[in-house]
Amino acid sequence: MEQQELIPHLFRTEFSKIAAVLCKLFGIEHIEIAEDITSETFLSALETWSYKGLPKNPTAWLYSVAKNKARNYLFRNKIFKEKIAGEIIYSKQVSEEIEIDLSEKNINDSQLQMLFAICNPVISQEAQIGLALRILCGFGIGEIANAFLTNKETINKRLLRAKEKLRYEKSAIEFPNDAEINKRLHTVLTTLYLLFNEGYYSESKDAVMRNELCLEAMRLTLLLIENKQTNHPPVSALYALMCFHASRFEARKNENGEIILYEDQDESLWNQELIVKGGYFLNQASQGNQLSKYHLEAGIAYWHTRKANTKEKWENILQLFNRLLQIEYSPIAALNRTYALSKANGKAAAIVEAEKLNLVTNHFYFTLLGELYKDIDNYKAKLHFEKALSLAKTQTEKQLIQRKIESV
Amino acid sequence: MEEYALIMRHEDGSKIASPEQMEIWMKQTMDWIGNIAAQNKFVGGTGLPFHDARVVWPGNVVTNGPFGDIKETIGGFMTVKATSVEEAVEFAKGCPVLQGEGNSVEVRRIAKGDGVH
Repeated sequence: MEQQELIPHLFRTEFSKIAAVLCKLFGIEHIEIAEDITSETFLSALETWSYKGLPKNPTAWLYSVAKNKARNYLFRNKIFKEKIAGEIIYSKQVSEEIEIDLSEKNINDSQLQMLFAICNPVISQEAQIGLALRILCGFGIGEIANAFLTNKETINKRLLRAKEKLRYEKSAIEFPNDAEINKRLHTVLTTLYLLFNEGYYSESKDAVMRNELCLEAMRLTLLLIENKQTNHPPVSALYALMCFHASRFEARKNENGEIILYEDQDESLWNQELIVKGGYFLNQASQGNQLSKYHLEAGIAYWHTRKANTKEKWENILQLFNRLLQIEYSPIAALNRTYALSKANGKAAAIVEAEKLNLVTNHFYFTLLGELYKDIDNYKAKLHFEKALSLAKTQTEKQLIQRKIESV
Repeated sequence: MEEYALIMRHEDGSKIASPEQMEIWMKQTMDWIGNIAAQNKFVGGTGLPFHDARVVWPGNVVTNGPFGDIKETIGGFMTVKATSVEEAVEFAKGCPVLQGEGNSVEVRRIAKGDGVH
């Protein structure tokens, strides 16, 4: 890999590892120091490597520099006196030997524990995703701003506030105990689910970035699966869901970044390996007696990996949506369920139910009504599509609806 | 928004349906619940299987099944959100249980525990 590519790549993967280990060592209240030391490590790398060329083992180089910087910091700073010195006096260790453990096991454990520390309901959902992207995925502030379609200042403020809150809460960076794990895992899974969706449905033009967000969400979910304490069935179900969705990465956007609708996608571009992987994890998820919304959504996503419009497919999707809505209502699930209803029970039945949903501020609602009325009452179909167009927010959505109007 | 219980009353719970008929009813029931859940009006509910049912009478008398002198029995209930009893009644009208002759759905507002109701 060329140096220009290597550094950003290393930055992503190694930043998150070093930052997590240092956060764990310093405590959540010093999260910014951990971040700063990690950033400084990469600055040193940029400076040194441009003069001397790449070291033989860049990762080992980064770890040793990070360790030195962290040690120096500890000696200079009061955390050392207040927090760590007391403990090592008794262990009779010479102070130079403070262990900064960058072994694979400690990296994984630290990242998982940081994941639990960050996914804390005291900070907003958006801030949790932002912090996860920064600390656990090594994204730059600019990249996070790009993903959220906002500016650096907003992201900086949001993350600063979140860090203050976490500092105030003084939550420990550790695995929650068995009694608490289900509840805590619920928050973690929600954040990972939203992180994935952020990438999957992002309006950002940066295709590489969108995929990275999804892949990072998948990597962190897999970390949860690989750890016995956190490998609960809903985690595998979420991973299966991500695999099924990710299998359509290549097929769902054209070279201009415009969305290609499911019906129009080239199936040969669907990634079979990911589909098989999703099947494996969905199967893993069905061991035990928990039925989470991720199980149901993964089931729905599974049926979407079969393109043929069979009665069996749509009947299964409809029943999965029926159950999903009983567990957790959302407007988008209600709309998708009504679409499945039209495929399974016919448009007439679906129109009756669609009219009752009354989601009059939602452009997807009018797009659905337009689809349902199409070929039944084209005049009404057109009116609904036009209403959808007036409510649509983004250019991509407007283009899609415009095409539908023209097709009536 | 009030909550209402829709109580499914069967005229004769001892009737046995064929597996095919059961499957159709099951789908209709799931679609009916899905219709309500899609409006964010579903709260909860369950079927009450007749199998292994008991009725306890005064004086420690226990009989098998809910069928004593009366034939009518309860097959399940569902709780929905509705702005009025009329809206709850509209939900009840879609209940597949009503396809059976003599069956009915009773609609009852759920007490709020506010000392008035």
